[in-house]
Amino acid sequence: MSLQLLRTPFHDRTAGLAQGAAWRRWAGHAVLGSYELHHDREYAAIRNGVGLLDVSPLYKYLIHGSDAARLLDRVLPRHVAASRVGQVLYMPWCDGHGKVIDDGTCTRLAENRFRLTSADPSIRWLQRNAVGMDVVVEDVSRSLAALALQGPRSRELLMRLADADVEGLRYFRAVEGSLRGVPVWISRTGYTGDLGYEVWLASADALTVWDALIEEGAGYGLLPAGILALDVARIEAGLIMIDVDYVSAHRAVVPSQLSTPYELGLGWAVKLDKGPFNGREALAAEKARGPAWQLVGIEVDWDALVALFGQAGLPPQLPSVAWRTSIPVFVGGSQVGYATSGCWSPILKKSVALAHLPARYAAPGTGVELEVTVEHFRRRAAATVVPTPFFDPERKKAVPS
Amino acid sequence: MTRSYDAIIIGGGHNGLVTAAYLARSGRRVLVLERRHILGGAAVTEEIFPGFKFSVFSYVVSLLRPEIIRELDLASHGLQILPLESTLTPLPNGDHFMAWGDHDRARQELMRHSLRDAEAYEEFGREMHHMAMAVRPILEMVPPDPTSLSPSDLGAMLRLGKHMHDLGSERFHMLYRLMTMSSADFLSEWFECEPLKATKSASGIIGTFLGPRSPGTAYVLLHHYMGDIDGAFRAWGFARGGTGAISEAIASAARAAGAEIRTEAGVERVLLERGRAAGVVLEGGEEIRSRVVVSALDPRRTFLQMLEPESLPGDLVDSLRRYRFRGSSGKVNLALDRLPDFTCMPGPGPHLGGAVSISPSIEYLERAHDDAKYGEFSRRPYMDVILPSMIDPGMAPPGKHVMSIFVQYAPYHLNGGWTDQRREAFGDTVIDTLSEYAPNLKSAILHRQVVTPKDIETVAGLSEGNIFHGELALNQLFFLRPAAQWAKYRTPVRHYYQCGSGTHPGGGIMGASGRLAAREILTDWGQRP
Repeated sequence: MSLQLLRTPFHDRTAGLAQGAAWRRWAGHAVLGSYELHHDREYAAIRNGVGLLDVSPLYKYLIHGSDAARLLDRVLPRHVAASRVGQVLYMPWCDGHGKVIDDGTCTRLAENRFRLTSADPSIRWLQRNAVGMDVVVEDVSRSLAALALQGPRSRELLMRLADADVEGLRYFRAVEGSLRGVPVWISRTGYTGDLGYEVWLASADALTVWDALIEEGAGYGLLPAGILALDVARIEAGLIMIDVDYVSAHRAVVPSQLSTPYELGLGWAVKLDKGPFNGREALAAEKARGPAWQLVGIEVDWDALVALFGQAGLPPQLPSVAWRTSIPVFVGGSQVGYATSGCWSPILKKSVALAHLPARYAAPGTGVELEVTVEHFRRRAAATVVPTPFFDPERKKAVPS
Repeated sequence: MTRSYDAIIIGGGHNGLVTAAYLARSGRRVLVLERRHILGGAAVTEEIFPGFKFSVFSYVVSLLRPEIIRELDLASHGLQILPLESTLTPLPNGDHFMAWGDHDRARQELMRHSLRDAEAYEEFGREMHHMAMAVRPILEMVPPDPTSLSPSDLGAMLRLGKHMHDLGSERFHMLYRLMTMSSADFLSEWFECEPLKATKSASGIIGTFLGPRSPGTAYVLLHHYMGDIDGAFRAWGFARGGTGAISEAIASAARAAGAEIRTEAGVERVLLERGRAAGVVLEGGEEIRSRVVVSALDPRRTFLQMLEPESLPGDLVDSLRRYRFRGSSGKVNLALDRLPDFTCMPGPGPHLGGAVSISPSIEYLERAHDDAKYGEFSRRPYMDVILPSMIDPGMAPPGKHVMSIFVQYAPYHLNGGWTDQRREAFGDTVIDTLSEYAPNLKSAILHRQVVTPKDIETVAGLSEGNIFHGELALNQLFFLRPAAQWAKYRTPVRHYYQCGSGTHPGGGIMGASGRLAAREILTDWGQRP
């Protein structure tokens, strides 16, 4: 039976490079876990050269009309009307009870024209919030292709290929231009916590741009990278993932599955004083009260791993892929919370995880224990709450002078 | 002198067998009496045409209570439920609407029809999950009498009140709306895609004499949402060997626990002594005595046929005469030489292992109802079609197939009455309508069995051919099923009980009525169930 998932606009190229046919699902699309049989070179490209990632499965909406900013300021907790043309905002957004529905970016393309990305379909939610407004919400998820170029050499590559001011482009800004004659938007954004860009283009032009990047990228250490490499990079960057680190309020079936931006460490993206928006009252109350839970970074003590595995006669066994299962976190012998994703960070040489902990255990420096399975038996390894991002290179935000 | 039993169960349908199994497991001597030569009532598999096995009446399962599967260990008695994962709705314009079991594929197909509906679907699913969770404890409870002041009734009403309170106001209001609205109105609040609304609303009309625009049908929709197989709500399956295999598994569990089961043993009436049930009299005159008698028949037969009306209070007799059956559905079962070829999705494929629903729009269903309102079968009926042989190859010889077509509306009270000619005319209408979507169907038919509501009544013994032992209407549910004051599986005749689908919660191959009845009988015997 043939592939029954959606194909991205780059499928004709990506499929040809799939050494292990390692298809995984992302928003109903077939995307590769890794192109090569192992993802380690693809991860290395993200941190050393350029990783080329097909991020087309993101849901994308074009919002335009005289009330476009008004609609977005009602839906999103950041101050959209105050953003400048060419500015990109990242934030979660909430239902009326201040519980997170989704997270994504909002780019101001023109005074009354915005692009919103989301992990889940959002057109109904946007339209429901747009009642009585002069605004059009268009789903451009399929007609707009997106590539991420992430890694220390990405700027040089794009400067060479693109006809746009890539060199002067600041972190979380976007610019319009062209690439090999193809009209594109380039934003300095990504999901890796590194220097990186995302290129937005018409799906019809996808292969032209892909081919140009592959051809020129060879000189910059470019490799197509799959979502296994991306997953390690995003955990190192301390970036959360829907359905893994939190459950959308539209899907949660019990209250304990709900999260607020404050609980997810995204309180900085909530602008309570900007005017009314979905969930503001509940969020104001939560801010005053302080969140009950917090998503934090934890770092597992290396010596603890050596000792635990040593008892089994082994050196520490380190997973090569990021994990996405819920792992218990203990304090004083009792489970107090849970980690939702983690990995061995090849660049930090540390075992790190994102964990949900009650607020009283969330301060950096707090000692906790993470469950570790050592030769089939469950053990507990000492770990410490640390600030995120775990990996935060200067180049991520730097602009050449 | 024949043996004497603790309990005689009248009727070997699935509920009767469930009651028998539970009573036998508690060490009681139990006898099940079934009029037909096979067990199962409306849940039977029969080889109507050599080599081809038909689930003659009921044909899919999801409502069978998981606690019954577990407590009676039905898996070790041969119960195996195979997945039925998709529903194809062919459309008159050659397009289709496909509800896939896989979430991504389902969303992809929804997006093809309506981006908004694709998103609404997730929230709808979550809300229906909550509604099913809200109703579930009710399924597991003996209905309290809200007018009674007895401690047990008051306690149960209090628990119910607390449960409703715990739902929170949003969910309580949603439940109230579900209970009162039509399925068409309820679904239109969520969706815009016609075939999606129509196919979903079809669940709200099954087994009723109502159309999708009739108030009260939204509840029937929920009733069909409550099924769970292996913990997944709204998962429908097909029993390996057909629905008769479910009855056989329950019968096997009952026999293993010591129950005796006799077939071709029709009961003529309940034997009364000093106004109490003391056994039964079989057709032919044989008397069998027992401490209690339990009827798995529908309320009309349980009260008005098995007993003399004089032994019942007049208001109960009145109420039972008003109890609505008015069967509205029929079946057409086909033996096929080859697979049907649907124009909208040609060739063989996984879609033939799922259901095919002829429900292109709400209007189509409502018009089908219009015909029935005035005493005719639908000229273009709603149909729910499956190919059991695509799911379980044992249902037909290799390369051949059986097709089960559930059809609505076929009114029991047909103008001029059901005759052999009208039955075949009904069969022709069904085949003609389905052939519009699968043109090769007619030439593939080796044998055809047409089942009218009259046949359901005659063969399976369901009054007026109602598949649920009486409509699932709000005025016939919970403490009003089958009648006020008599919803707790007891009857005005001491030692005479009821355990069929005409008692709470009723409907579908659920078994909950049979289980709750057994618990009440054991309670009366002072035994902890």
